[in-house]
Amino acid sequence: MIRFEKFTLANGLRVLVHEDNSTPMAVVNVLYDVGAKDESPAKTGFAHLFEHLMFGGSINIPVYDEPLQIAGGENNAFTTNDLTNYYCQLPAENIETAFWLESDRMLSLAFGKKSLEVQRKVVCEEFKEHYINKPYGDVWHKLRKLVYTTHPYKWMTIGASLQHVEDATLADVKAFFKKHYNPSNAILTVAGNVEVSKVKELVEKWFGTIPAGEKYNRNLPVEPKQTAPKTLEVKADVPLDALYKCWHIYPRTDDRYYTADLITDILSGGGSSRLYQSLVKEQQLFSNIDCYHMGSTDAGLLVIEGKLVKGVDIKKAEQAINEELKKIQATGVTVSELEKVKNKTESALAFEDMSVMNRASSIAMYELLGDADLMNKELEKYRAVTAENILAETRIIFDENNCSTMYYMSNN
Amino acid sequence: MLNRTIAPPIIDSTEFNLKLKPYDLFHLDNGVPVYAINAGAQDVLQIEMVFYAGNSFEKNKGVAAATNFLLKNGTSTKTAFQLNEAFEYYGASMSRGCYNETSVLSLHTLSKHADKLLPVMNDMLTNAVFPREELDIYIQNSKQRLSVNLLKCEFVAGRKIDQLLYGEQHPYASFTNVPDLDALTIETIKDFYKAYYLQGICAIFIAGKLPANIEQLLNENFGKLQLTKPDFTIEKIATTPAFEKKYRVENDVNAVQGAIRIAQPFPNRHHEDFKKVIVLNTVYGGFFGSRLMSNIREEKGYTYGIYSYLQNHLLESAWMISTEAGKDVCDATIEEVYKEMKLLREELIDEEELSLVRNYMIGGILGDLDGPFHIMAKWKNIILNNLDEKYFYDSVDAIKKTGAEELQVLANKYLQPEKFFELVVF
Repeated sequence: MIRFEKFTLANGLRVLVHEDNSTPMAVVNVLYDVGAKDESPAKTGFAHLFEHLMFGGSINIPVYDEPLQIAGGENNAFTTNDLTNYYCQLPAENIETAFWLESDRMLSLAFGKKSLEVQRKVVCEEFKEHYINKPYGDVWHKLRKLVYTTHPYKWMTIGASLQHVEDATLADVKAFFKKHYNPSNAILTVAGNVEVSKVKELVEKWFGTIPAGEKYNRNLPVEPKQTAPKTLEVKADVPLDALYKCWHIYPRTDDRYYTADLITDILSGGGSSRLYQSLVKEQQLFSNIDCYHMGSTDAGLLVIEGKLVKGVDIKKAEQAINEELKKIQATGVTVSELEKVKNKTESALAFEDMSVMNRASSIAMYELLGDADLMNKELEKYRAVTAENILAETRIIFDENNCSTMYYMSNN
Repeated sequence: MLNRTIAPPIIDSTEFNLKLKPYDLFHLDNGVPVYAINAGAQDVLQIEMVFYAGNSFEKNKGVAAATNFLLKNGTSTKTAFQLNEAFEYYGASMSRGCYNETSVLSLHTLSKHADKLLPVMNDMLTNAVFPREELDIYIQNSKQRLSVNLLKCEFVAGRKIDQLLYGEQHPYASFTNVPDLDALTIETIKDFYKAYYLQGICAIFIAGKLPANIEQLLNENFGKLQLTKPDFTIEKIATTPAFEKKYRVENDVNAVQGAIRIAQPFPNRHHEDFKKVIVLNTVYGGFFGSRLMSNIREEKGYTYGIYSYLQNHLLESAWMISTEAGKDVCDATIEEVYKEMKLLREELIDEEELSLVRNYMIGGILGDLDGPFHIMAKWKNIILNNLDEKYFYDSVDAIKKTGAEELQVLANKYLQPEKFFELVVF
């Protein structure tokens, strides 16, 4: 049970405080409700590029990192298709430094031309390092385009192309800040060796005077139901053929999400899972196989991917996956199999909560989904999933008309 | 009216009194030491059995890693599948890792299931059978994974720089290739298993919320085995560094970046300069605000990230600078790496920068001590390096007290470009 207290400032900033006096540290986590899905199709990669610019100095403070480091702190940030999250950890005595820094960049950035120029280059190198200069690096670039026709999940967080990042202008940066970076689009979590009353006072002092700004009302195009199978074959300079299959599943807040999550564990969560045992060990068609889902806020994907053993025909490998899916669709799961994946989930949730930093970001993420207290109800929801739910959902999800398949073939 | 240009007052981190929570120590009946940190709010537990069964002890390349991996692939009474299921049913994970001197078997579980899982761990450790078919699958899948890795410039660069530093005969640079995997046999693996696990040298590290009867549980499952306790000393193995210093390797004709590694041999943690050099390294390339990062990423945008660090080895270390930079700016990047060395040799680090680094480092240690697993990780490193808590407190002292003059002397002693190997893999 993770305890926290919640209050909202007059400007709309939601604040959640989690006390843990066993650590000497404090964590300040600021989540902005903006991700790559909020970008225009002609200017993708912008939310992430913007995250870089948030470290280029704010209206009253020329640099972000140094004052934090002087206070003994450390920080980082990440952007996903759904959100942008900034976090710092520092000795609890120095927490006000974090409030000072975070509130100033929520108030206004310095908008330096130099900072934009440099970070454009840095992000281009990041793009190259992770998505171009790596075997199989462009897989998700291709898959997202195949799977989504309409929803902005069709591009990756890093951007649809290097060109979009290179073309970003200072005017774009300013407009983006105005639209998304204001108190009503943000969630502030404070965790660690802190006192609620003291946090209230400091948050009011530093964040209370920031103008509310305009609340951004998201209105994203909805992905229409897929009605026929989709396929794509790609050839690339890679040593091994690889197979990717994706099925549309449910939004994060849908109760069926928990069923879908457990299905992925039954299929590939560990050495005793179905796909690993059948396809890697018994039939030796794949050298590795994974089943997972994207964990996205809006309706996401369930994915099965694997690299083939050299010499295996990809059609035969795909057929073997389909056989496993047919098996689970026909006879469902055993009592002990279901208990196993629920136990795994219980364990995973407990380990996740070990660090105060994780707890702080989890609280913010669940608040973004609608209510931070959801995090204390997760286990109950997983426990409530029945074998009948699993059987029914495997029949709905693993429908060939709901499936996109990519063959990623070796040139050699 | 709030003046936002003025930073709030802070407590200087160097005033913090850092304490490393002491471990509890007890011994099993066979003498195996158990180091324990009993703490934490979550009902979780981590048990690590460290064996002196790393690749330093193998006669044929790849045997240590294969033995370590295949331990979990079947016992006299359980198939690989059943063994995995025995752990996974309780939501536990049983992972293994193989390093240069040591290998480790680690169990992560909810504390309430420890009594059911330790017998499974015992079965795995004492009754492993190494089926032929499991080895065949292991060889096939390892070869496939290797073929993908060898396309990555950073993977190739990581291997090559270690070979330049230590020589290919040294365990720190002895890498497994396809012919080594093909040459693996059940017999060599079983021999290795017998010598280094069944009759091995072992220490146990446990952390988390420990069950009240943990001592008894561990003794029942591991106290009767033919294991001996380590003395934590390691025999030195001579290195044979390469003669030539500069290398350019073409690995991928389509590469858009080069993997740059610049490194020189460096003594281990027992050397008197080590703790102070950690401070100098932090200034140079050890964190996001370092000289290298500020100049080469934040000023010039040549790379997504550049770091320098001291390799964490027991016998010998190396001082390494590592980055991936755009193909057209690799030479410019290297030039800046040397320029920053020169600055540290010729100019004193000013007090403002040094105080920032001190505060950052102390804050980092404070943050690193968050929770029982992190505390145990610190202890494990200290113990396996044959050091004691004095090392921890001396390191903190070195951060607080090493002055600019001293750091300049160290820069002149070590940060000399001609001492470094320079490698770019495109």
